Amino acid sequence: MAKTFTIDGKTIPFETGQTIIEAATAAGVYIPHLCHHPDYTPHGSCKLCSVKVNGRVCSACTFPAGEGQEVINNSKDLNDDRQKITQMLFVEGNHLCPGCEKSGNCQLQAVAYHLNMLDNHYQHFYPKRALDASHPDVLIDHNRCIFCTLCVRASQQQDGKDVFAISGRGINKRLIANAQSGLLKDTDLEATDAAAHICPTGAILIKRTGYQIPIGERIYDHKDIDQVSLAASGLIPITTLAPSLAVGTEQTQDGE
Amino acid sequence: MANKIRIATTSLAGCFGCHMSFLDLDERLLQLAEVVEFDRSPITDIEHCTNCDIGLIEGGVCNSENVHVLREFRKNCKILVAVGACAINGGLPALRNFIPLEECLAESYLDGIGVENPQIPSDPELPLLLDKVRPIHEVVKIDYFLPGCPPSADVFWKFLTDFLEGREPSLPYEWVHYD
Ligand code: SF4
Ligand code: SF4
Ligand code: FES
Repeated sequence: MAKTFTIDGKTIPFETGQTIIEAATAAGVYIPHLCHHPDYTPHGSCKLCSVKVNGRVCSACTFPAGEGQEVINNSKDLNDDRQKITQMLFVEGNHLCPGCEKSGNCQLQAVAYHLNMLDNHYQHFYPKRALDASHPDVLIDHNRCIFCTLCVRASQQQDGKDVFAISGRGINKRLIANAQSGLLKDTDLEATDAAAHICPTGAILIKRTGYQIPIGERIYDHKDIDQVSLAASGLIPITTLAPSLAVGTEQTQDGE
Repeated sequence: MANKIRIATTSLAGCFGCHMSFLDLDERLLQLAEVVEFDRSPITDIEHCTNCDIGLIEGGVCNSENVHVLREFRKNCKILVAVGACAINGGLPALRNFIPLEECLAESYLDGIGVENPQIPSDPELPLLLDKVRPIHEVVKIDYFLPGCPPSADVFWKFLTDFLEGREPSLPYEWVHYD
């Protein structure tokens, strides 16, 4: 008999070695997440995927599923915590969505929408962060980086390169590019690399493509990220989604 | 009609876009006028607010006058609503937060292209600029937030009708937008 655990009372089958989020996704249960991507090793940094496993808070993207676990996912308490985490992500960087190319296609924003986050609650840091526009095809706007390391992992694990790393700690943490000059143009990043497309926010952008899909017609303008996320894993027919996703122009950014 | 709901509105460090969006209520404004009365607002030209039920604040705070106005609203409004991206997180005016104030002033009034008679305005009548543009919840307590740049007329309508009919205001997914 298949091994099972429960999420919010629903029975979820799993295989040994699967994390809670992997088993949940396979069973059509959305757990909010930002740094998790099924193709890469888990990082467990954003804590959006926090769930209660037998009463203890764990990261669903790193915690192994186990026989008989009772997992709480979609509770008011957890969603309140997730909203606070998301608000902190917003005030730690500079997220001025009306001026961001990624608006409407951004997973950080979409998670905030999902959680019905109407304000940023905390005091804003307004940290001074740089822009690296040196690369001919790819732009980095450090104002929007949430240090999820998806670009780091995509470069190493999918592109077979090592373009990005996270340097420093705490408030001094920053994304760095692997070149003597520190500039993206001096790395071997190409616009076709997975690492150039994986960013869940508007921190890494492909130049000259930003407004091909108008604001208002973008993925999360009409679809909640829970549906988009599960659809991307084949659990909801893709036709129910905004055309921008169905045509696959942003193939990897939500590719779970 | 007695006991109309009193609403005050203002634009601080905003572009009046949220007010324009409010006016997009169009003919619904007539319906609203039956149950609502405007106090201090660019719509009425009343200069100071007195005992209001709702204060709608567009824009963040960028100077000392914004702070005074915001405090006046807080003092006189039972509930205060942050309207739009700038009130909520500083918005595009907050882009100046990454440039020292002195440089901003020099670029605008001394060194900028086409500046004649270069001098930094210093008339005592002029409100002093804050070193950073701030969202309003960092200055006073805010009760509700209507995100959007600007929030659509439907958002205003939903909020006000919920309020007038005694429901807890809430917005459906598609109307929660930061852009
Ligand atoms: S990265 Fe996302 S949350 Fe940040 S400004 Fe852009 S759209 Fe908004
Ligand atoms: S640039 Fe994007 S993908 Fe890379 S760490 Fe920052 S937010 Fe994550
Ligand atoms: S998705 Fe699990 S910690 Fe980020």
